[in-house]
Amino acid sequence: MGEKKELDERFKKFGTVSFTSVTKVNDFIDHLEAGRVTGTRCGDCGLTFFPPRADCCQCLGSNMKWFEVSGPGKLVTYSRLEYAPTGFGDDLPYCIAVLDYGDFKVFGRIAGDVPEEEISVGMAMKTVVSELPNKRLNYVFQKA
Amino acid sequence: MGKIAIIGVGQSAFVRRYPGSVRELAFEGFKEAVQDARITAREIGASVVCSAPEYDKQRSPAGVFAEYMGLNPQPAFYVETLCSSGSTGLRLAYSLIQSGLHDVVAVIGFQKMSEISSAEIQERMGRGADIQWESPFGTMMPAYYAMYARRHIEKYGTTLEDLALIRVKAGTYGQLNEKAAYRKKITLEMFSDAENRMAAPVASPLRTGDCCANADGSSCVIVAGEEKAGAFCKKPIWILGLGAATDTLNLAGRDLFSGLTAARQAAGQAYKMAGVGPKDIDVAEVHDCFTIAEMMAYEDLGFAKPGEGKDLIRGRETYKEGCIPVNPDGGLLSKGHPIGATGGSQIRSVVLQLRREAGESQVREPEIGLIHNIGGVGVYGNVTILGR
Ligand SMILES: [Zn+2]
Repeated sequence: MGEKKELDERFKKFGTVSFTSVTKVNDFIDHLEAGRVTGTRCGDCGLTFFPPRADCCQCLGSNMKWFEVSGPGKLVTYSRLEYAPTGFGDDLPYCIAVLDYGDFKVFGRIAGDVPEEEISVGMAMKTVVSELPNKRLNYVFQKA
Repeated sequence: MGKIAIIGVGQSAFVRRYPGSVRELAFEGFKEAVQDARITAREIGASVVCSAPEYDKQRSPAGVFAEYMGLNPQPAFYVETLCSSGSTGLRLAYSLIQSGLHDVVAVIGFQKMSEISSAEIQERMGRGADIQWESPFGTMMPAYYAMYARRHIEKYGTTLEDLALIRVKAGTYGQLNEKAAYRKKITLEMFSDAENRMAAPVASPLRTGDCCANADGSSCVIVAGEEKAGAFCKKPIWILGLGAATDTLNLAGRDLFSGLTAARQAAGQAYKMAGVGPKDIDVAEVHDCFTIAEMMAYEDLGFAKPGEGKDLIRGRETYKEGCIPVNPDGGLLSKGHPIGATGGSQIRSVVLQLRREAGESQVREPEIGLIHNIGGVGVYGNVTILGR
């Protein structure tokens, strides 16, 4: 019999609580560990995806190339939460937000050290990797 | 295509905690609708059950309900589009009748949110989004709608007071609805009193008063083809237009944050099918899970231009004496929001309005009514137009 393959559960490390463990875009986690936030671009038709995905819905190809999310995006909108779902209570209060990069948008959190009075819709922000307790990782938005 | 009518409507009272099992809860809406239609279970050709399964302990509730309501051996099945499951059920019933497969179909919506513990509800809430890419950030439904509210405020100068005015209107009519879970009068002052619960921040800029609450409830809509409708029913209410559309689940895929694209598309389809426009609507029930959702509905449905929804509520034009009465049953903000039962309850309210049986909340002589029912944060948009 062939050797037993270990399950690739790298995605378990994503965010305060991850609800996904096995995905074909697990390399996203390696990129975070290397300090890069990445999306995918279809190698056949060129369509850009964030969040990254394994399959292209435009040409049905699965020939995806990674690209780095870099430079400033524009803050589309945000909200500061006073209540959280199970497992996120220790993070409160925190802001979730959307950044617009033109070709794609990024959904995530605003860095906890950005004071709310300095946040305004339309401001330039960048997406950076954030290390969480217990070797977990996500990404956050900081002032660009 | 033949004409298709709603011949019976029913709903349970919407309550914080229903003192019975799920099948007993669903029976309440079903019983009222069947009695309203003056038919028996034997005359129902198929049943469509609508709910959000993450709150159900019972697997495959359609089978249990068919047994409990005396609907065996007719076929029964289940649909889900989050909070708009009931409207999706109506769309399915319409197609089943239009296809000729069945001539009478029962759409049974229910949710017993208290079926699971508060801790379990909190856990489910975290998964009400893209679980791979959004939920790990700690997302909640109010925060998503809050992001739309923020954008609407920034873009159009809508104010928190405008949103509070929507809740005040909901309270006005909630007081009249004996099936609503929240029947207290709400005043604008409550929102400016920092000590008041209504003013407590939930997810900025939304406050407690901007949010609807969980509830247990059931609803039922009986749908029939023209021939059966004429035979059973003195006041059939006709389905004139149906619209349904979807949008990306992950907000990163959206272009519009000051309105719901899926609602606009669904409205366009429904108006076209019915051959009417926004000005022809005499009464509407819209999906006010949050005050901002009603504000966007005014604009997405064409009752106001984008950005001018605030003028409708400031001028009290969406009160029952206004040019376009919206949510004279108190809306989700007053009734509570038992997910799978909500669409059926909205449909029921418009049917009662069109039959002129809406009691104290009756709008003056409506001919055409509209239901706007949204699943998730605009993931599923559904618009239904009914006429006498
Ligand atoms: Zn492609």
